Amino acid sequence: MSEESKTTSQMVTPAETGNESRAASPAEQAWEENTLGPTLAKSPERVDHFTSISGHSINRLYTEADLPNWNPEEKLGFPGAPPYTRGIHSTMHRGRLWTMRQFAGFGTAEDTNQRFRYLLSQGQTGLSTAFDLPTLMGYDSDHALSEGEVGKCGVAISSLADMEVLFDKIPLAGVTTSMTINSPAAVIWAMYLAVAEKQGADWRKLSGTLQNDILKEYIAQKEYIYPPEPSMRLVIDTFEFAVKNTPKFNPISVSGYHIREAGSTAIQELAFTLRDGLEYVEWGMRRGLDVDEFVPQLSFFFNAHSDFFEEIAKYRAARRIWHKAMVERYGSRNPRSWALRFHTQTAGCSLTAQQPYNNVVRTALQALAAVLGGTQSLHTNSLDEAWALPTEFAATIALRTQQIIAHETGVTSTVDPLGGSYFVEKLTNEVEAGAWDYIQKIDAMGGMVAAIERSYPQREIAEASYRYQMEIDKKEKIIVGVNDYVTKEKPLDTLQIDETVAVRQAERLSKLRRDRSAEEVARQLAALRKAAKTTENLMPYIFSAVKSYATVGEICDTLREVFGTYEEVAIT
Amino acid sequence: MLAKKIRVLIAKPGLDGHDRGAKVIARALRDAGMEVIYTGLRQTPEMIASAAVQEDVDVIGLSILSGAHNTICPQLMKLLREKGMDDVTVLVGGIIPEADIPAMKKAGIAEIFLPGTSTLDIIEFINQRYAAKA
Repeated sequence: MSEESKTTSQMVTPAETGNESRAASPAEQAWEENTLGPTLAKSPERVDHFTSISGHSINRLYTEADLPNWNPEEKLGFPGAPPYTRGIHSTMHRGRLWTMRQFAGFGTAEDTNQRFRYLLSQGQTGLSTAFDLPTLMGYDSDHALSEGEVGKCGVAISSLADMEVLFDKIPLAGVTTSMTINSPAAVIWAMYLAVAEKQGADWRKLSGTLQNDILKEYIAQKEYIYPPEPSMRLVIDTFEFAVKNTPKFNPISVSGYHIREAGSTAIQELAFTLRDGLEYVEWGMRRGLDVDEFVPQLSFFFNAHSDFFEEIAKYRAARRIWHKAMVERYGSRNPRSWALRFHTQTAGCSLTAQQPYNNVVRTALQALAAVLGGTQSLHTNSLDEAWALPTEFAATIALRTQQIIAHETGVTSTVDPLGGSYFVEKLTNEVEAGAWDYIQKIDAMGGMVAAIERSYPQREIAEASYRYQMEIDKKEKIIVGVNDYVTKEKPLDTLQIDETVAVRQAERLSKLRRDRSAEEVARQLAALRKAAKTTENLMPYIFSAVKSYATVGEICDTLREVFGTYEEVAIT
Repeated sequence: MLAKKIRVLIAKPGLDGHDRGAKVIARALRDAGMEVIYTGLRQTPEMIASAAVQEDVDVIGLSILSGAHNTICPQLMKLLREKGMDDVTVLVGGIIPEADIPAMKKAGIAEIFLPGTSTLDIIEFINQRYAAKA
């Protein structure tokens, strides 16, 4: 196994290198001498040291020598059973294809409703909602800080009235819905539940996912409002509420996607995500919830980046780690707590502005890795997303990409086709070991909230992202069309979102404030403010408030008054 | 004679929290010998203009991925003019449709750096610009 240089040694942890000595068989040694040697003498390899996109060492050849004492029953197992390396269902995609769930949202609720219904008509099998920055940050569309931002990065939702339009002609009982919202997640979820109630849907049958992963906001996406403690309180409130009221709904999607987009390595993405998951488990248990009661409703969300095999190893390692952690750390006895369920999105940060049609290829390959890695749900990016939100044309190609993988490639005909590959199993072991190292480091710091407070994951990510950019700038890593194979091309036609969205939203909000009962809203907000100062579960209060047509901004501001706001210490 | 270091303010205007690019560039410029101040997230044009004056910077680098550039940039340029910071070089990086670039340059933005730009190109641009102004 090749040695790591000093500069990259922080990516390859002690557990992965050097512990197991590699004993090549006599046949392999003979091959090295008689076949490989002469080849290398005549034509050396293209670089001295091959690494994954994350900087992980990749060897020339993997053989049984890379898996000494590898017990397939212990490490591999069977799909649908511990340790879940091969997948969480025994039939995986033979039984049911992953959910094709395209992230969509822009402009007004009408605009997004139209895109939702278009995507459903084209064969997507689940909904996924993108909200605009004001909504994500708990501001109404007509707030001063919302200027220039309304509807630009997602749909503008300021009240239940907007939410009702968003799901017009979409029976929530008949489709699973994901909502990418974090700090105001409880508010948006309450609005979703209110729409479902109005539609006559049975909450106990409602299925979908709320992202609601505040830890990764502090670490990577930075869409936080409140400090960690009250934010975690809100998250655990949603867990409690979900266990009681919406048993088929995932109140959280513990996310690595954003951590990776911020520039982390694959191992960091895996480790920080799973350690976030363990943090939520521990906070839930401290609230008095039974681990086997709420953990089955936790879901996960990973990136599908460009290094094909590293990603597949990552997903397989994720399942193995989660099972081990649940059983060994918490004594979990419910197999539904052990089986890590995840959604995947192909890597937005890999998309190029240059030669954008190349992105169709990137996305297809990344999506394939996610499928081979056993994802339950998948979003594929559109070719134009380094320029703008996707046009209908681009979004359709992205959806077709999944459909072609599903129906034309044959990869879904068998479960975990790469299982048993020397390379993939070795890489899975290494990624798992690297992740455990990080998990243990964070444990030693006192947990993830503590680690965040000392900027540990933030610094790791900043280092990794800088290292990566330097590799690209020095052409040590090639990005086709960007630092090699460069051409001049005509600009693309992209989706335009203008200020008319903001104008419409402002009119709507004026009307809303005229039509609703100001006294009722005030009463609801007062009740919420009072409850926020106690340890009561805030979901019922938030639900009442949204039904009185209190706005996102008004509810979030009420909580700002009680919880305060958070400002990070910037690490550059 | 010691050359005065080029002073750069890297700013994240608006609500967007995606700071990977801003932070990588801040560090690259620092490693290239410039004095770099990073404002942190969620800055208003007022906050950026005030920081620019306070820190007496030569360059302002805005990172905008949210689509709010057509609102933010004119506001900032106006404030800089009002504060007598006409000499500052204002650069923008992020997600900017090609169609919007001419108007931004007309408003006084010196250059727009799109996704895929090398940090070396940004460093060279600033060095050349500063050498021309010195």
